[in-house]
Amino acid sequence: MSATRPLPQAIDETKPYWDAARAGKLLVQKCSSCGTYQFYPRSYCIACMSDKVSWVEASGKGMIYTFTINHRPANEYMKDKVPYAVAAIDLDEGVRLLANIVESDLKAIKCGARVQVVFEKVTDEITLPQFKLAGSALSQS
Amino acid sequence: MNDWETGRTMAAKPRVAIVGAAESDLGKTPGRTALQLQAQAARLAVMEAGLTFKDIDGVFAHTEGVFPSLLMTEYLGIKAKYADSTSAGGLSNCSHIVHAMGAIEAGLCSVALITYGSTQASDASRKLGGVADDPRSPRSQFVTPYGQMTPLGYYAMAAQRHMHQYGTRPEQLAEVAVSARKWAQLNPRAYRREPLTIEEVLSSPMIAEPLHVRDCCLVTDGGGALVVTSVDRSKSLKKKPVYVTGAAENQSHQFTPFAVKDWLDTGLAATAQRAMQMAGVTHKDIDVVQIYDHFTSGVIQALEELGFCKRGEGGAFVTGGHIAPGGTFPMNTSGGGLSYGHPGMFGIFLIIEAVRQLRGECGERQVKDAEIALCQGASVVFSGHTTLVLQRG
Repeated sequence: MSATRPLPQAIDETKPYWDAARAGKLLVQKCSSCGTYQFYPRSYCIACMSDKVSWVEASGKGMIYTFTINHRPANEYMKDKVPYAVAAIDLDEGVRLLANIVESDLKAIKCGARVQVVFEKVTDEITLPQFKLAGSALSQS
Repeated sequence: MNDWETGRTMAAKPRVAIVGAAESDLGKTPGRTALQLQAQAARLAVMEAGLTFKDIDGVFAHTEGVFPSLLMTEYLGIKAKYADSTSAGGLSNCSHIVHAMGAIEAGLCSVALITYGSTQASDASRKLGGVADDPRSPRSQFVTPYGQMTPLGYYAMAAQRHMHQYGTRPEQLAEVAVSARKWAQLNPRAYRREPLTIEEVLSSPMIAEPLHVRDCCLVTDGGGALVVTSVDRSKSLKKKPVYVTGAAENQSHQFTPFAVKDWLDTGLAATAQRAMQMAGVTHKDIDVVQIYDHFTSGVIQALEELGFCKRGEGGAFVTGGHIAPGGTFPMNTSGGGLSYGHPGMFGIFLIIEAVRQLRGECGERQVKDAEIALCQGASVVFSGHTTLVLQRG
């Protein structure tokens, strides 16, 4: 029997994010008071302390800030996936998050590469936002 | 002549000193507990100072498990007036020095005992993914599902970025491990002392690109302890004191460094500047450096952030035996976390080695006339930093 994937358990302040992912949308928070985007989701804007934090759909486009290719699994579940890529993605909205680079040639992954969100359904409850390389275009950074 | 003696700078006169420093048994200690190792080191450090547990009134403890300062007071029979269980990863015991300094200066305690212990090698408790926590935590929601190794994955990512921006090469990372091994060969207490070559590092199994097994610190058992008191009190004790002349820390996140925009400028520089300013020293005054070598790439980055070389030049800085015995930049003289040992959290061992260097106790690996040392404590995923400047009393 294969190991189960460690999965998130949503709480009130993150439920909209995980509900949207299940529907194939990537949401990020934007402060209604000062306009700052933030990730991960919180009950308050950490830039101005406002409790008026709204959800906006992200473009789903971004750039690989940096990445690693794992040759050892971080847990039992990932055993069958090695080698796999984990990347820090800078969304065009200006926030950074972590995801796997999927549906892509591992050798083509580079810092600065453009990426596009895709969605990986894991269970009926949880769909993980993931990213794939967007063509071969590299940004300047 | 010290700046604070001549009055040439605004540096404050040192007010606290390290008067005892000791390790427990190291390496593999099957059948023993982290508590036993801490107590063993504590006894040795307190005896070295010419004190007893009855003289200790401040306890600063860090270990896995809950309420470490309470456990240490209980086991050692200490009645603490001041206690601190700061748990912030590898730098914790370095930060205990900062906190003990504040407590002693404020008159809240007079003799502080700082301890650490771990049996993670014998317990086989080290996990590449890190310790699982509440599935509702930020890490469990936004990191763990992606199979990120913690902390290794983040340092691999920072190294990848360093290579991308500055052309740093795997063999330059490997040279850090090789230099550490050469120091370890001069240290009878070091766990790995057999020869190591750059080729062997590069051909060791890849864990997370670009980090190979030999780019990573060891997993060992071990404990350590330090005794800190006022400079006035230190003068009547058994060992020559080592003054804490500069101390600074910061913390910015736990396991999700998403708000840190530049993973090659993580906040270490600010603590180095504050600690060195407090001590009234500049880079050229420092005789020996102890850098937290969890990963070879982290050493290259720390040298840059500490200001010993320019940003992007860390790879060149460590090549050609510059940081090895016989080089011009003596650092990690015990062999470091890469070769001497790494029982989970390395902070206390950085300080123990610096103290021994400043006392002139290091035998074959002694840095000649070492008067001023700098210690750099690191935390989790560049989550915090502590820089200490120590000076021979």
